[in-house]
Amino acid sequence: MNINATLIGQSVAFFIFVLFCMKFVWPPVIAALREREKKIADGLDAANRAARDLELAQEQANQKLSEAKGQAAEIIEQANKRATQIIEEAQVKARAEGDRLKEQAQAEIDREINSAKEALRAQVGLLAVAGAEKILGKTIDPQAHAQLVDRLAAEI
Amino acid sequence: MAAESASGYIQHHLQNLTYGQHPVNGWSFAHTPQEAKEMGFWAFHLDTLGWSVFLGLVFICIFRAVAVKATSGQPGKLQNFVEVIIEFVDSSVRDTFHGRNPLIAPLALTIFVWIFLMNLMDLVPVDWLPSLAGLVGGEHTYFRVVPTTDPNATIGMALSVFALLIFYSIKVKGIGGFLGELTLHPFHSKNMLVQIILIPINFLLEFVTLIARPVSLALRLFGNMYAGELIFILIAIMFANGLALGGLGIVLQWAWAVFHILIITLQAFIFMMLTIVYMSMAHEESH
Repeated sequence: MNINATLIGQSVAFFIFVLFCMKFVWPPVIAALREREKKIADGLDAANRAARDLELAQEQANQKLSEAKGQAAEIIEQANKRATQIIEEAQVKARAEGDRLKEQAQAEIDREINSAKEALRAQVGLLAVAGAEKILGKTIDPQAHAQLVDRLAAEI
Repeated sequence: MAAESASGYIQHHLQNLTYGQHPVNGWSFAHTPQEAKEMGFWAFHLDTLGWSVFLGLVFICIFRAVAVKATSGQPGKLQNFVEVIIEFVDSSVRDTFHGRNPLIAPLALTIFVWIFLMNLMDLVPVDWLPSLAGLVGGEHTYFRVVPTTDPNATIGMALSVFALLIFYSIKVKGIGGFLGELTLHPFHSKNMLVQIILIPINFLLEFVTLIARPVSLALRLFGNMYAGELIFILIAIMFANGLALGGLGIVLQWAWAVFHILIITLQAFIFMMLTIVYMSMAHEESH
């Protein structure tokens, strides 16, 4: 329990430890701590920014989506309209074509009828001459009576 | 141990391993308390110095190892542990000390950890290390393992803090400011004559306040640790006195050790905190 030079030794050791701690222990550790604090703060900031960005992006995506939906509806409507139009056109065309074909056929028929009539007329002339020959018992010169026969044929 | 009387056992445990200049024997180890006393001031307690320097080196090595590899990324277990302590000390310093001085925080850290480690030696059973020393140096080798139960250690540290207190007071406020603080408070008068009369009174009050700081700092730590060690020694005496007392001793030893964990931490913290407060006072212009 004597007070002696030990306290000088203790003081010297104390100062040496404190100085060593101040030079070589405290600065690196506290620097690392501060740096980590900054890193964490930055990280949190970045996370916040990212969350905001995400929100914004989602908003944009929603907007784009609704735009696209509107466009799609418009396109479908147009397509429907166009389809109706095409159908109508086709109908008109088909009807016209039908009419044309019918007219053609009618003309053909008329022509056929006329030619048949012509042929019949010719036949009738001959038949009439043959009948008259039979009745008169002599040959009739078709040339001589051609005018007569023709008139007959025309009357039929 | 059984051969010794209880008081002899206690005295043996309270005697330091002293090496000093004996008036008759010259520089030598003290073999009796009487010899140690005769050595006067020029003697060293080798056990106190040895353990405190060793524990200081333990502190420095662990913390330096972490400081070298300190990373701002994910810390390892040891770094984490060291960071918790440093963060704790740093926040204590920030709360109390508002000046700018790069010495204060490392000073507080060194005081806290070093004193804690020295106090921690109190938890080593009182006979282990002295018995080991006895095996090495002969049966009557004195050996105390808790440096903070030696008033030399605590006074040495308190005087170091006191020196820093004076140094920074003068550095920050100038020699005039420091002396003014000692002589112009708490009583102050506009009248020159009255002021001159008041100066000695102020000086007396302030000087006592100033001196009380290192004294209380040193004696608080010493008193707590000394009392704690004495109780451990008293409990240890029970081990030599029969099975019943020995069994009780074990229980008491455990209980006191658990309680002592609180005391050693608290005393280290108080020493650190008061040092910060004193340094803060030294840096503040007026009070």
